[in-house]
Amino acid sequence: MPFISNTPAQREQMLAEIGLSMDELFDDIPSQLKTEAFDLPRGLSEQETQGRLMELAQKNATHLTCFLGGGFYDHFIPAAVDAIVSRSEFYTAYTPYQPELSQGVLQAIYEYQSMICRLTEMEVANASLYDGGTALYEAMMMALRITGRNKVIVDDSVNPIYRVMIQSYTQNLKIELDQTHCQDGLTNRNQILQMIDDKTAAVIVQNPNFFGCIDEFSDIADAAHDKGSLLIVSSYPVSLGILKTPAAMGADIVTGEGQSLGIPMSFGGPYLGFMASAKQYVRKMPGRIAGETLDASGRKAYVLTLQAREQHIRRDKATSNICSNEALCALTALVYLSLLGKEGLKETAQLCADKANYAYRRLTAIPGVEPHFRGKWFFNEFVLDLPCEAADVIAKLIEKRFAAGFPLGRYYEGMENSILICVTEKRTKQEIGMLAEALESVL
Amino acid sequence: MKLIFEKSAAGRRGVRTAPTDVPRISIRTDLLRQEPANLPELSELDVVRHFTELSRRNFGVDNNFYPLGSCTMKYNPKVAEHIASYPGFADLHPLLPQLRMGGMLTQGALRVLHEIDLLLREITGMARFTTQPLAGAHGELTGMMIMAAYHREQGNKKTTVLIPDSAHGTNPASAAIAGYRVVSIPSNENGVMDIETIKQHLNDEVAGLMLTCPNTLGLFNPHVKDICDLIHSVDGLAYYDGANLNAIVGKARPGDFGFDILHLNLHKTFATPHGGGGPGAGPVGVKKKLVPFLPVSVVTKRDDGTYALQYDRPKSIGYIAPFYGNFGVVLKAYVYILMLGKEGLRRVAENAVLNANYVKEKLKGHYRPAFDRLCKHECVFTISQRMAQNGIRAVDIAKALIDKGFHPPTVYFPTIIAEAMMIEPTETESKETLDSFIDAMIEIAEQAENEPEKLKAAPTTAVVCRPNETAAAKNLNIACS
Repeated sequence: MPFISNTPAQREQMLAEIGLSMDELFDDIPSQLKTEAFDLPRGLSEQETQGRLMELAQKNATHLTCFLGGGFYDHFIPAAVDAIVSRSEFYTAYTPYQPELSQGVLQAIYEYQSMICRLTEMEVANASLYDGGTALYEAMMMALRITGRNKVIVDDSVNPIYRVMIQSYTQNLKIELDQTHCQDGLTNRNQILQMIDDKTAAVIVQNPNFFGCIDEFSDIADAAHDKGSLLIVSSYPVSLGILKTPAAMGADIVTGEGQSLGIPMSFGGPYLGFMASAKQYVRKMPGRIAGETLDASGRKAYVLTLQAREQHIRRDKATSNICSNEALCALTALVYLSLLGKEGLKETAQLCADKANYAYRRLTAIPGVEPHFRGKWFFNEFVLDLPCEAADVIAKLIEKRFAAGFPLGRYYEGMENSILICVTEKRTKQEIGMLAEALESVL
Repeated sequence: MKLIFEKSAAGRRGVRTAPTDVPRISIRTDLLRQEPANLPELSELDVVRHFTELSRRNFGVDNNFYPLGSCTMKYNPKVAEHIASYPGFADLHPLLPQLRMGGMLTQGALRVLHEIDLLLREITGMARFTTQPLAGAHGELTGMMIMAAYHREQGNKKTTVLIPDSAHGTNPASAAIAGYRVVSIPSNENGVMDIETIKQHLNDEVAGLMLTCPNTLGLFNPHVKDICDLIHSVDGLAYYDGANLNAIVGKARPGDFGFDILHLNLHKTFATPHGGGGPGAGPVGVKKKLVPFLPVSVVTKRDDGTYALQYDRPKSIGYIAPFYGNFGVVLKAYVYILMLGKEGLRRVAENAVLNANYVKEKLKGHYRPAFDRLCKHECVFTISQRMAQNGIRAVDIAKALIDKGFHPPTVYFPTIIAEAMMIEPTETESKETLDSFIDAMIEIAEQAENEPEKLKAAPTTAVVCRPNETAAAKNLNIACS
């Protein structure tokens, strides 16, 4: 049998030694609850399995030149990332409950937390959450715990997938979720400033927002703090190579999707939710946290800390039900950031902005293609209005081997002709030119 | 060992970015950060050496036996890792299916999701699965949200969920976060929940029950079907925590016991790697009457044999993850199930249970079994009276095992057993490995009874020894700025 080490003879010997038959080992399951009739296929050899899965993999379209973003990005991943995270001492380990055998993972988590703090300029970070969406929901719950309030304001320029996730999670809880409507590509500060009151736990915004526009939230942070509310910013970590940090804008809690930091797109996961906050809120944070300490003989050591917040200790009073973190994905992000380093991340972010701006100019030169938001700064995504339905145009461009962008009509009423286009550092001038030609030809 | 930040040298570069072929743009200064992020400056070799050294300070299943109870640390087949890295899977953008006709661009991936649904239905006896939940606890929360949606539709005013005291902490935490009050049910003298105790707590307020079976003591509750029936008698729903499905896979199906909702930990039963604490995956299966409440979206197979995602689900609890779950993890579990097939899956449970009972029988003269009877995939011991008199605790046994080259079992869980040591050998380990572990445990037991002071100093061979956790929480240092 695959992956089972005992030989039939060993099994017989072991059964004889404990004085039971194989059937007797399952005597505690009442016979009417046992089943024989599992309708499952026979097991496949490794060769058959690889063959079948390769066939399935080839039915997926990875031949398209990717201008599709929407919070999930096709960035370049250096080969050393995979070489390091494929070391099985990391990936076949479990949660570092025994620090003596887990200093590798624990120190890596500590370094990852430090890396997230340096990237966001926040004071503390946790060991990671499932993804950017659940991280944002957890940040909202954290704000409710900190403030003891139950009203949350979220602008609709926050990733619509995250907003619907938050709606799902809050339907059984007594939380008032108010939505403001983005104004000309930026967070609707007027509406937010009017709505914040002394019941508001938090204001949730995103930078760059879902449309790719770069915003500055200092005014919203001030207004929120005036009323004792918190500012939660969902951010795109690669953009922090050049963009103003959430901390510099006055954010209290920062979350984001870490997929862009060296993690493959893998059809939606596994990804990496990161979370950072001001130090004063660390005891209200969800999820695992690694900390530095000393061992019995005074050596520096790392452990999981502040565990009294967590479900295995506090059960129904825990700060969250989360148990896992995305340890291997956090390690991936740490390795990626280490390889790029200070200059590399800055250059990558700058390249994204340069190429997106070039694409914007190239594409808006096409007759009938207009910018949706004029005169707005954007990072590596932007919105264009087409003379016809964007979904149709995108479908035609797929035939020309482009994943040209995302049709915004899917989530925003009245934006049926609008397309969200993303350009990462991977795209070349030539590819952008080819997209422009293809787009012009299908309009 | 130094932190990666301490190895930084100004001006040193790792990966070089591609040269630019477009004009540089200057974004408005007040939108930019003042200083570049303070990341380390290292060569690729520096980075590789640093993490190689870190990996050597870590212990995985590939190093040696890892009998961490409740975590099912079985071997993770390499072929699954290999397949998950095929570009057709790894480079697939999750938004493609949302484009017009985009589902046709991801037929291979959608077929994997559809087929694992069918396989898991057959393995568990449920009507349909969602692969969206991103970990076991996330599956529990999803299940509790489905429970709440069901009662809301029925017009039921239900407020409480019954959970045995031996449950994983995630159970009560998940129920609480879904808005329920948790009622903890004590285990009886046999280590399981008994019918009479449940009856005492049963009333119209009860929305449901969460049960792990076999439970965290490795014990199968023979009354599991009657318990489900009782819950149903007040229109409650029975939730099966599939953390321990490894013990019964291919032998019995939770759906046949009467459970209405369950989650599976793919990283346990279906051998996907634990990754140092994640990522996991926690698909949720439900009975037919609950299918309409499953999260958006679900994969369907059309009459023409193609696969599609269904978004229009008016009764659904909505989106609980951005897409289709941890696809890369689901894919590895799919590979594992395909390779094992019907016979292989039966052998999983048989060998897991055989190995656990073998260890229990061999060690029971040296440590006190929490329950000296047939166990399933894991067994729980506690220290002997003599050890206790010597001041030895479970943690000392655990640390001594490190010096013998083994990962310790889970200690101090389940919390209802004092000085618990929970051993889960899994089916992938051989008799030779178990025998060497048993020998080590016996030697440690003898030391604990005769030379206890030696154990107090363990481990002596690890890179650190018993880090001070109290100090870590008190003098909090969780990031280096």
